[in-house]
Amino acid sequence: MSILVNKDSKILVQGFTGSEGSFHASQMIEYGTNVVGGVTPGKGGAKHLDRPVFNTVAECVKNTGADVSIIFVPPAFAGDAIMESAESGIRLVVCITEGIPTQDMVKVKNYLLGKNTRLVGPNCPGVITAGEAKVGIMPGFVFKAGRIGIVSKSGTLTYEAADQVAKAGLGISTAVGIGGDPIIGTTTREAVELFMQDENTDAIVMIGEIGGGMEAEAANWIKNNGNKKPVVGFIAGQTAPPGRRMGHAGAIIGGADDTAAAKMKIMTECGIHVVQSPADIGKTMATVMK
Amino acid sequence: MNLHEYQAKELLKKYNVPVQEGYACGTIHEAEEAYRQIKTQFGSPFAVVKAQIHAGGRGKGKVKETGVNGVKVGKNLDEIIDFSKGILGGTLVTLQTGAAGKVVNKILIAQDMYYDGPSERKEYYLSILLDRGTGQNVIMYSTEGGMNIEDVAHDTPEKIFKEWVHPGGGLLPFQARKIAFNFGLKGEAFKNMTKFVTNLYNAYTGLDCSMLEINPLFKASDDKIVAVDCKMNLDDNALMRHPDLAALRDVTEEDPTEVEAGQYNLNFVKLDGNVGCMVNGAGLAMATMDMIKLSGGEPANFLDVGGTANAQTVEAGFKIILKDPAVKAILINIFGGIVRCDRVAQGVIDAYNNMGNITVPIIVRLQGTNAEEAKKLIDESGLKVQSAILLSEAADLVKKAVA
Repeated sequence: MSILVNKDSKILVQGFTGSEGSFHASQMIEYGTNVVGGVTPGKGGAKHLDRPVFNTVAECVKNTGADVSIIFVPPAFAGDAIMESAESGIRLVVCITEGIPTQDMVKVKNYLLGKNTRLVGPNCPGVITAGEAKVGIMPGFVFKAGRIGIVSKSGTLTYEAADQVAKAGLGISTAVGIGGDPIIGTTTREAVELFMQDENTDAIVMIGEIGGGMEAEAANWIKNNGNKKPVVGFIAGQTAPPGRRMGHAGAIIGGADDTAAAKMKIMTECGIHVVQSPADIGKTMATVMK
Repeated sequence: MNLHEYQAKELLKKYNVPVQEGYACGTIHEAEEAYRQIKTQFGSPFAVVKAQIHAGGRGKGKVKETGVNGVKVGKNLDEIIDFSKGILGGTLVTLQTGAAGKVVNKILIAQDMYYDGPSERKEYYLSILLDRGTGQNVIMYSTEGGMNIEDVAHDTPEKIFKEWVHPGGGLLPFQARKIAFNFGLKGEAFKNMTKFVTNLYNAYTGLDCSMLEINPLFKASDDKIVAVDCKMNLDDNALMRHPDLAALRDVTEEDPTEVEAGQYNLNFVKLDGNVGCMVNGAGLAMATMDMIKLSGGEPANFLDVGGTANAQTVEAGFKIILKDPAVKAILINIFGGIVRCDRVAQGVIDAYNNMGNITVPIIVRLQGTNAEEAKKLIDESGLKVQSAILLSEAADLVKKAVA
C-alpha cells in the first residue's frame, strides 16, 4: 500500500475554487486521485469540478468522509487552514503553500502536538503514490510505479530523482516532498521511518539541502535501526555560501553542522550511499539494488 | 530582511525596550544638530558616532579612506564633527563586509551610556531566534557581552544559556527571572532586566523577527538596562502583514544585481564563479551549482526562475547573468513538469534572438514534458546553443565549455 496515500484515500482540497487550487485539483483528478470535494469559505453549496464545495473542513469531512487534505490557501491564511483540518480529524494534511510566516508555523507545530494529524510541508510539491494517488503539484508521468521511496526537501529535484530512477529501470512506490521551510510537519527521519516499515518499498532516495539538522537526525536513525534498507543520499548546496538564503526559506548555512559537507559526512558514516553529483542518483540506486 | 541599528532601536522603543538613544544623520550638519540635542538631553559632553551599515564588527573595522574606526566616542563637538567627517560617506571595511567594504550613508549620533555611578557597569549578550530542531523560539544569552558570540560558544560553551519559549504560553515570568538571576543581577537592575527581556520577546514576535540580537546588552552604573546595539532580521514571509516594516528596506545595502533580479521576480544570489545558471526550483538550482563545480567550473550565481520559465523570465535571467563579465558559459537547467519543455525552448530561442549579442556558450538542458520536441527546436534553431536531455549530458557539456 506504499505510504501516506493510496487509491482509497479520500482527498479534499482547501482553496478549491482559487486558480491554483482549481488547476492542480483537476490535474490530480486526471491522474486518478479520489478527490471527493473542496473547501472555500463563503462558497459552500456550490459545485466545482463536479465536486461539492463546503464552507468548512468539518462539513466536508462529515459529508464526504475525506481523510486527506491538500492546501492551496494563500500564505497569510494557510496556517489557519492547517489547524482547521487538524481540528476536523483529517489524518494527513499536505500544505503546498509557499511563504507562510515562520511564527505562524511555530504556532501550527505546537497546535498539532498530541493530535492524530500528520502534516507534510508547507512549501512542498506534495505526496504521490505512483499509479494510485497524486496529492500534490508534481508531474505525475515522471513517477513510474516501482519499489523505491523518495523523501526530498525540493520539488524539481524530486522529479529529477524519480526520472533517473525510472531510466535506471526501477520505479517509485511513494515520493514525499517534505518542503524547504525552517519549520515543517513531517521530517526526513519520519518519512524514512515510514518507508523502512513499508512492505512495498525496497530502497530509499533521501534528498536534503543545506540548513537545519534533519538529514543528520535521519542518518543516525537509519544506522541505529540497523540499515534495514539501502539508502541513496544527496545534499544540495555544496557550493552555497554561508549565511545566504538559497531560494528556500530554510536553505541557509547557519554554522559548521548544517553545511552540505557536514551532512554528507554524517550520512556516509551512517552507511548511506552518498552521491556527490545530482546526476548520479539513479545510476547509484541501480548499482545498490543489483 | 536586515534593518539598520537606528531603525531597529526605533522599533524596540515602541515595545518599551530601553535603548541607547540617538539620532540618525545623513549630513555633517545633521550630526552637529544631533550632538547638541544629545548634550542637552542627557547632560553629558560625551557622545558616540556609529556607522550604520548592514554588517557587524564596526568598532574594530576601519574606514578605507580615512582610517577612522566605524564606532567612535567623542568628548566635545569638534571631536564629534571630526569623527563624523571620517566616517560618513566613507567605505567601512569590517571582518563581515569583505575587502570591498560598505559605503556609510548614515551615522547614528548616540548618547554615551558608560557614565560613572554607584554600581558596576556590565555588558551581557542576549539574542532571540528560532530553534529549528524544536520548532520553538529560543532565548540565547551569556554574561560575556560585547564579544563575538561564536567565539564564546566555541571557547567557553558553559557560559552560554538557553531558554526555550513554549508557543502556547509565551515567555513566562519565571523564565525572565531565571535569565536575570543567571546574569547575577539584584535589586533595581534585576527588575529592569526582567522587564527588558519580556518586552524584547514581545518585540521579537510582534515584529515577526527571524533574529533579534542585543550585543552588548548593557547594565549602566545607575542600574538601567539598555540595548546599546541591536541587530534585527525580519522574516521576509511576514512582511506582507507589516507594510510599515517593509518600507524600511535599504536597497543600497544590497547587491544591485540582486535588487534588479527581484524586480523581475527572480530569486537570484550573486556568487564569484565563471558559469552562470538558470534553473527552475531552489533545490535543483543548488544541485546544478554543485554539478558545475564537479564539472570543473565555479557557479557564478544561484538563480531560481520558479514555475514559469517563459521568454520574458529567460530573457531577464540572461540579462542579469551577463552583467557579470566573469561568466564564461551559461547552463539552463529546466525540469518541465507542468510547464512544457517545448514552450521553455521557444522562450530560450526568443530571448536569445531578442538579446542579439550573446557571446558566451549557452547550454540548455530540458527534461520532462515534451523534452524531445524541445531538444529538436533548439538543435534546429541555428543558434549557438547546445542542448541536452540528461543531467549527465549537461555536465559533460559544461566540462567542455570550461576546459
